[in-house]
Amino acid sequence: MNLLLFSLFREKKRRRIEELAQSQKKAVDGGNEDSQDWDGRWNHVKKFLERSGPFTHPDFEPSTESLQFLLESCKILVIGAGGLGCELLKNLALSGFRKIHIVDMDTIDVSNLNRQFLFRPKDVGRPKADVAADFINSRVPGCNVVPHFKKIQVFDESFYRQFHIIVCGLDSIIARRWINGMLMSLLIYEGGVLDTSTIIPLIDGGTEGFKGNARVVLPGMTACIDCTLELYPPQINFPMCTIATMPRLPEHCIEYVHILQWPKEKPFGDGVALDGDDPQHIQWVFQRSQERAAQFNITGVTYRLTQGVVKRIIPAVASTNAVIAAACASEVFKIASSTYIPLNNYLVFNDVDGLYTYTFEAERKENCSACSQVPHDLQFPSSAKLQDVLDYLIESTALQMKSPAITATMEGKNKTLYLQTVASIEERTRPNLCRTLKELGLTDGQELAVADVTTPQTVLFRLNYTS
Amino acid sequence: IDAQLWGDHGQEALENAHVCLINATATGTEILKNLVLPGIGAFTIVDGHKVTGEDNRAQAATELLQELNSDVSGNFVEESPDKLLDNDPEFFHRFSLVIGVQLIESTCLRLAGVLWNAGVPFLVCKTYGLVGYMRLAVKEHTVVESHPDNALEDLRLDQPFAELKNHIQSYDLDNMDKKDHSHTPWIIVVAKYLEKWYNEHNYQLPKNYKEKEAFRQLIREGILKNENGVAEDEENFEEAIKNVNTALNPTKIPSTVQDILNAEGWKNITAQTPAFWVMARAVKEFVENEGEGKLPVRGTIPDMIADSEKFINLQNVYREKAMQDASVVSKHVESLLQSVGKVCVYKSKKKCKNAAFLRVVRCRSLADECSVELVNKDEITSCMDNPDSEMVLYLMLRSVDRFFQQHSRYPGVYNYQVEEDIGKLKLCVNSLLQEYGLNVNVKDDYIHEFCRYGANAIKMITHQFVPFNNTFIYNAMSQTSATFQL
Repeated sequence: MNLLLFSLFREKKRRRIEELAQSQKKAVDGGNEDSQDWDGRWNHVKKFLERSGPFTHPDFEPSTESLQFLLESCKILVIGAGGLGCELLKNLALSGFRKIHIVDMDTIDVSNLNRQFLFRPKDVGRPKADVAADFINSRVPGCNVVPHFKKIQVFDESFYRQFHIIVCGLDSIIARRWINGMLMSLLIYEGGVLDTSTIIPLIDGGTEGFKGNARVVLPGMTACIDCTLELYPPQINFPMCTIATMPRLPEHCIEYVHILQWPKEKPFGDGVALDGDDPQHIQWVFQRSQERAAQFNITGVTYRLTQGVVKRIIPAVASTNAVIAAACASEVFKIASSTYIPLNNYLVFNDVDGLYTYTFEAERKENCSACSQVPHDLQFPSSAKLQDVLDYLIESTALQMKSPAITATMEGKNKTLYLQTVASIEERTRPNLCRTLKELGLTDGQELAVADVTTPQTVLFRLNYTS
Repeated sequence: IDAQLWGDHGQEALENAHVCLINATATGTEILKNLVLPGIGAFTIVDGHKVTGEDNRAQAATELLQELNSDVSGNFVEESPDKLLDNDPEFFHRFSLVIGVQLIESTCLRLAGVLWNAGVPFLVCKTYGLVGYMRLAVKEHTVVESHPDNALEDLRLDQPFAELKNHIQSYDLDNMDKKDHSHTPWIIVVAKYLEKWYNEHNYQLPKNYKEKEAFRQLIREGILKNENGVAEDEENFEEAIKNVNTALNPTKIPSTVQDILNAEGWKNITAQTPAFWVMARAVKEFVENEGEGKLPVRGTIPDMIADSEKFINLQNVYREKAMQDASVVSKHVESLLQSVGKVCVYKSKKKCKNAAFLRVVRCRSLADECSVELVNKDEITSCMDNPDSEMVLYLMLRSVDRFFQQHSRYPGVYNYQVEEDIGKLKLCVNSLLQEYGLNVNVKDDYIHEFCRYGANAIKMITHQFVPFNNTFIYNAMSQTSATFQL
């Protein structure tokens, strides 16, 4: 299946190459760019692009234009400039990609330096995107990396549409789902048929200790991030009663101070949130966690554990990032150059015991909340409370929303049934949670629009009464 | 943060390590980068090549790698490995690990021989087009902490030690108030109901699915009921029921550990015996005496629904027993060392906790792999039943080495050579197969592909996690990989 669909995507690239050739003919003399390419610089790459072979993509035609496209036109977006991001940038820049943008909202912390190798001790405190871009631009002649010290959510479609391929090295499932949703929103369907030129491939890498995965998503064609949401285990949150009254582990003590004691005591001022990167904050939490632990004869609270629990740190290994970033960069190269059939479509890596990889084709979910065109059904009795609907949106493994806002169109007007993220509206709509769906005036077949951080677009649901 | 994965002792091992990289190619420097970043003690790059438009080498590589971590000390030797082998083979004896990248076969085999005899682990790496190859050659590599992903808990419910028995006795489930009843750790619950079961089943553990189901039902009936006879919400009982499957596994020594304890080579301890084997022997003596056929208690229990006091008390029962067992093992270690005239300064506690996770990896030498008599014909021919198995890539790499031997260059370096070289490479493939008596078919496609191309460290050093044994092939075209024992 993938072969045919993938060929359709290549048309877009082929048109770009033609445009390039056209525009070059029109180019005025004197625009002779210093290519900064020394003899033999791209010999390795050329062997792939200019020679035919038995395992190449069926549509591949060796040509010298491919290299040109790679060096001069292909625009890549890298999301994340951390462990994976640094590796990705290096791999892409050395492979010949020159037009790269990088987005990262974080600044450099000293704990990053043992694997995010584009950063040095003098860079601590500076934005990751800026430093990464500076490093690559000065070290790889001809490469032009444009940094964005921002959250991905501040950009809209016009920003994302300019890229040929997007690669992610994120540490957040929410962010992944957001960019996934954004790329879905760029798809244009005409008469029910997908316009393949609106597809931007998404290559997603993730790592955790000695394990990692890499996947290729062709929005609208292959399984997307949300199609395989069940592959991500839900984050472990300790039950409140354990934290509040029955701690057993040092982690429970730390979470007690983090979640309950800090908001109560506001040790660094009103409205000052706990900053996992501020050593003073962590020291405060650490000391009080020790006190709490002592009360219950629990051992094992350390400064390092405290920081790990507060920041939900997952230990990272440079080599796993290297492996996964390499797999992702290979895919970017394959797709951009059309030399080989890309990964279809999910690679799992584990090197705890020997070295193990497993590759399989993740399947699209028919009723995926992000990429299927089908509105989702919600089945509830009319006597169910709005709280029940809210709980379902959060707890369902297929949806896993964080703080959904529910709106319905009633009597021609949009009515917000419940919204959590703005305090005043939350207060006003909170009583609705205890009301039944019938009491709220919702009818069978009613459409509900739900907004959430996990997706840039509102998701439509259809309410079906079971009784 | 990495140290959380391999612990402080792992980090210490890393910091005392000195790694040698031969050939600072893209692959080589990439490997070294991933060792320098987490903090290896020192590295030395051996490379006789000068800088060209395609590759950066030796001195430049050393300086740039040093930037990544100021605690690491880097050295370089601008000499080819062949020269060093001619003039000073003992040069390589000082390293904890030697990594050879893009070595030609003859140099590789020479070096492998020297390192094998010196007991220095050798990691061979090659990248060729979209194919990656790694070969680990070490006579014997011991793993102290293998950190298995899905290790079963060591709860001893089938054979409770005395202190655990006493602790279980101290509970009287039938006469507890509701709050205590609902917050009793599931381990206690299972233990108590096991006693009931024993009484009715002649002291036999539930064995098959039917009996385990019946046992689960027995526990379920123990859930408190309210005035109307409806079962209360007792999460700890639900946990007990869920865990019946694994909790009743008979306590036994994993076969991998049995093999280590019974290893022939180390039956006699001498002053030269490595620490790992003294430890293994001490554990064996524990098992045969104080342990009554069982390993030292691990001492950890999983988190479970319980009030703090009950949980901590139960946890302490296991912890204290583990510490007791560990000190007994320590005594065995001490007396073993004394018997050969050595004094012990030993961190045996940590090793006891992981007695079930000890591993030994033994790789075949490169010499054996490449010898006509000892080549692993079976492995190769059975993999090649599937002509697209990664094994074909291994055969191609060996053939390419032959090509280099004959023509002093790799196939297809220049465009005009590609066509002709396909034929020449095919001859190399055939001569390789013939020499080793391998009755397999190598598709022409692969020969063509290789003409087109034209030209496992952290684990070894920290003795944690299990390295691969012994050949790993990565195929970037299909994003697949495979491990072979050759």
